[in-house]
Amino acid sequence: MLTLEGRVAVVFGLANKRSIAWGIAQKLHAAGAKLAIGYQNERLKAEAHSLIADLPGSEAFQCDVSSDAEIDQTFAGFKERYGKLDILVHSIGFAPPDALKNDFHLTSREDFRIAHDVSVYSLIALSRAAAPLMTDGGSIVTLTYYGSEKVVPNYNIMGVAKAGLEATVRYLAADLGRKNIRVNAISAGPIKTLAARGIGGLGDMLKAHIDRSPLHRNTEQSEVGSTAAFLASDLASGITGEVIYVDSGYNIMGF
Amino acid sequence: MAAVEEKVKQIIVEQLQVDEAEVTPGASFQEDLGADSLDVVELVMQFEEAFDLEIPDEDAEKIKTVKDAIEYIEKNAKGGK
Repeated sequence: MLTLEGRVAVVFGLANKRSIAWGIAQKLHAAGAKLAIGYQNERLKAEAHSLIADLPGSEAFQCDVSSDAEIDQTFAGFKERYGKLDILVHSIGFAPPDALKNDFHLTSREDFRIAHDVSVYSLIALSRAAAPLMTDGGSIVTLTYYGSEKVVPNYNIMGVAKAGLEATVRYLAADLGRKNIRVNAISAGPIKTLAARGIGGLGDMLKAHIDRSPLHRNTEQSEVGSTAAFLASDLASGITGEVIYVDSGYNIMGF
Repeated sequence: MAAVEEKVKQIIVEQLQVDEAEVTPGASFQEDLGADSLDVVELVMQFEEAFDLEIPDEDAEKIKTVKDAIEYIEKNAKGGK
């Protein structure tokens, strides 16, 4: 049976109740994990704290993953507080609004840099910080999207960043496997989160999944959470370096 | 109709943590009620959820004041709660 009793999980990427990070946190908590849940900045603090209060025993922390100093400080805090970590969830991605609106070939150097720094490099930085604390092995889970493989209108630079993220998952998995740390990505169907709302045409993406996916419906936040709990658990002990689709099957269709 | 107005105001008060008296019809979310761009996106998502409607981006961009929101919802809601 799936249990995360006695495991410590740190989840990055909470913005509000619609966040995929929140769906994952709820499932990890239900499976018995002890949780620390992170949000980016003061702007999100009050909402994060009020949500996290619903998961007894869980703690909130603030960390902007574009800062190495904040990452160091955050993990020093984890070391002191928990001693070791078992699970790291990275549910973070960002591209400047212009880059998600303009034609792709107009993407600026700076927007390319920001999208890759926040959405991709952060996984490397967090994994590097977490690995020494994963003394009994561990599981690292990140979130990606089909726009990494196929062109999704308006997804633009995020598609390129997600392709980089998926490659990063494979390289991290190869590195960290010797420490029995597994690294996987969940490729979720479109979910109406605050971040996703920044992608022009999200409504069309959601509708396409209902029309064309084998299950003819959209992906629930809780379904992504369940899959993350599975990947975090010993039930997934043989799985690493993979991209697992939780998208009502959309990706298998030709059109 | 009044029910829409009341619900819209309630959502705005909760999301922006403002006093109900400030939520006048002409009040702009960003200029008068202290909303940032994320707040505006959250407001639109709350309206969608509360009134069971889809607000496309091009329409969402035009909803800038309390009155804009109420009028849009009254015109487009399927069966506003």
